Amino acid sequence: MNLKKLNIENKKVRDLIPQAITILALLSVIIYFATNAQINMGNRGISFGFGFLNQEASFDITFSMIEYDGSHSYGRAFLVGLLNTILVSVIGIFFATIAGVIVGVSRLSENYLIAKVAEWYVEIFRNIPLILQIFFWYFAALRALPLPENGISFNDISFLTIKGWYVPKFIWTNFNIFLLSIIAAIIAIYFIKSYATKQREQFGKQLPTISLSILTLILLPLIGFLFFGVSLNFEYPVLKQLSPTVYTYAGGVSIIPELIALALALSMYTATFIAENVRAGILGVNKGQKEAAASIGLTKNQILKLVVMPQALRIIIPPTTNQYLNLTKNSSLAAAIAYPDIVLVFAGTALMQTGRAIEIISITMLTYLTLSISISIFMNWYNKKMAIKEK
Amino acid sequence: MKSIKTWILVGFASLLLVACGQGGGGAGSKKSKTLDNTKKAGFVKCGVSQGLPGFSNADASGNWSGIDVDVCRAVAAAVLGDADKVKYTPLSAKERFTALTSGEIDVLARNTTWTLSRDADIGLTFVGVNFYDGQGFMVRKNSGINSVNDFKNGISACTNTGTTTELNMRDFFNSKNIKYEPIAFEKADEVVQAYDAGRCDTYTTDKSGLAAQRTKMSNPDEHKVLPETISKEPLGPVVRQGDAVWEDIVRWSLNTMIEAEEYGVNSSNASSLKDSDNPAIKRLVGAEGELGAAFGLDNDWSLRIIEQVGNYGESYKKHIADTGILPNRGPNQLWTKGGILYVPPAR
Repeated sequence: MNLKKLNIENKKVRDLIPQAITILALLSVIIYFATNAQINMGNRGISFGFGFLNQEASFDITFSMIEYDGSHSYGRAFLVGLLNTILVSVIGIFFATIAGVIVGVSRLSENYLIAKVAEWYVEIFRNIPLILQIFFWYFAALRALPLPENGISFNDISFLTIKGWYVPKFIWTNFNIFLLSIIAAIIAIYFIKSYATKQREQFGKQLPTISLSILTLILLPLIGFLFFGVSLNFEYPVLKQLSPTVYTYAGGVSIIPELIALALALSMYTATFIAENVRAGILGVNKGQKEAAASIGLTKNQILKLVVMPQALRIIIPPTTNQYLNLTKNSSLAAAIAYPDIVLVFAGTALMQTGRAIEIISITMLTYLTLSISISIFMNWYNKKMAIKEK
Repeated sequence: MKSIKTWILVGFASLLLVACGQGGGGAGSKKSKTLDNTKKAGFVKCGVSQGLPGFSNADASGNWSGIDVDVCRAVAAAVLGDADKVKYTPLSAKERFTALTSGEIDVLARNTTWTLSRDADIGLTFVGVNFYDGQGFMVRKNSGINSVNDFKNGISACTNTGTTTELNMRDFFNSKNIKYEPIAFEKADEVVQAYDAGRCDTYTTDKSGLAAQRTKMSNPDEHKVLPETISKEPLGPVVRQGDAVWEDIVRWSLNTMIEAEEYGVNSSNASSLKDSDNPAIKRLVGAEGELGAAFGLDNDWSLRIIEQVGNYGESYKKHIADTGILPNRGPNQLWTKGGILYVPPAR
């Protein structure tokens, strides 16, 4: 062993000491809290453990993407809540992004009316607390919807009522083949793209990549329908009478109003912030860039696609990542309007029935942490992909 | 070098803190820590509902009243000599047990159902029953539903999350083989709003709760409670496990109110009954025996409860019957009058 390396005079060793002490202090604090909780729980006769996850949950959940009823375990109920949280977050992020981009671009429009409407939208929706917007959509807007017997009908195949939006259910035959054709189409598109890039870089040829991709995406599944026995039928919702004045729809799929209200509120709210990011991104591209592009004869669309957007995206992506994270975390407000997300189902009902506050809250916090970090990792990857590549 | 010294100092300081902190979380003593703390603070820390008429409800100026509130008032009268020395903490169904086990409150009087798992598993002790309830269903009068047997597949039912109601509802619909849509809200007010708007066809919770919430509907006369009762819901006050003396104080404060009604002792005649011929009455008003000494209280503790809060019958009449919530006492009548209220003798 080289004694000199462990000497305090050695700068490296000296630099390590404060770090070691910090870690030690941090560990002591954690251990203190853990033992303190353990002692107090022991005094009050509360046991600690995760065995309850295998117990029967014995409560039902309105809306589940996997098979679930009360005879399943608390672990399964957790999964139902988690999937519901992911569902509303994905829907919210999807619509917030679309609305955000449209509004952001509209704010820069030369049309006075469009620009002003977009501005007012942003100012109103980002300045009202989200929970109030959720209540507004759920209790005020959806309350105006009719009862099932007077449901708003879309061509008699879909009905919007106060109890939810009833849509036809897809009934597939040979769904696996359909899925395979879609995967094959995606792989084909990848090859088309790389071939197009090669053509452009080597010979300067522009291939109609987008039209080709769409064609592939339609053609391959179509072959499945025509030659491999894939077929799709619909099960339409039908009005059903439960008592002289109580009606509901049987069959089809019910999109519960809680999900609609929550997704609406989350995307309308988050879209305002994304719109501002988009506006900042576009304004952040130097005017000289556009002028230079115009001077070499690019069209307006080409300027936007090839010059402005690639540079604007670098400004837009990092703050938009934050908004995606916020939206996911804000989805926990679902409990207020009975949307069965992880907070309502697991940190709510399951916590109450089992009384295991510490276990359940730590699992829930870890879950949100994992969700947020996954989004961050994905967006950081996308950000790197979009960043300036020095060649 | 300077920075190293600072870091070492910080490290030692935090280690020292940890060492000191360890002592604080130590085991409780044999005496009643809760009683000592309550006397020191000068008020009883009481957990109540977020507003359930008849049980625990605050008026416009923030004064709490109800039969649950009266349990806390009785404890305050017994321990501190003044029924008004209570600090109320409104709690949701979800928060209530954590608030109690963490010591934020010392008595939970919040229409809470006594069940085995709550009593045995999560560090709580139920001390008695101050209201015998059962779960029922509310529907619109014009719905044509007159009994739970009229429910059909596809019915949607609103209720509160985190309650025994949610579990009973499943047991009930499963036993009847009915497919239903459960919609569970965190707050009772939101359940009422959603049901009132037509989001669900029926609203299920304890029957007393249904009666109380019906008054909040936009048009109470359009709704009715179905006759069937699908579960047993004995509601009662709860304390933390591990403080036997405090547990006894709360239990016997409640028992005193019920026993006082049984012997016809009420807030207006209590002090004049000190020289009654009946020894049971004399014990109740503190003129005989040394019952308070068992919990470290003086002998007038029960007299103060009866004088300041009243007996159970007075409390029920004032908060539940006269407010029109449940004029008929049903099972909450004394055992001597055909009900099931029966408490062990105070002697």
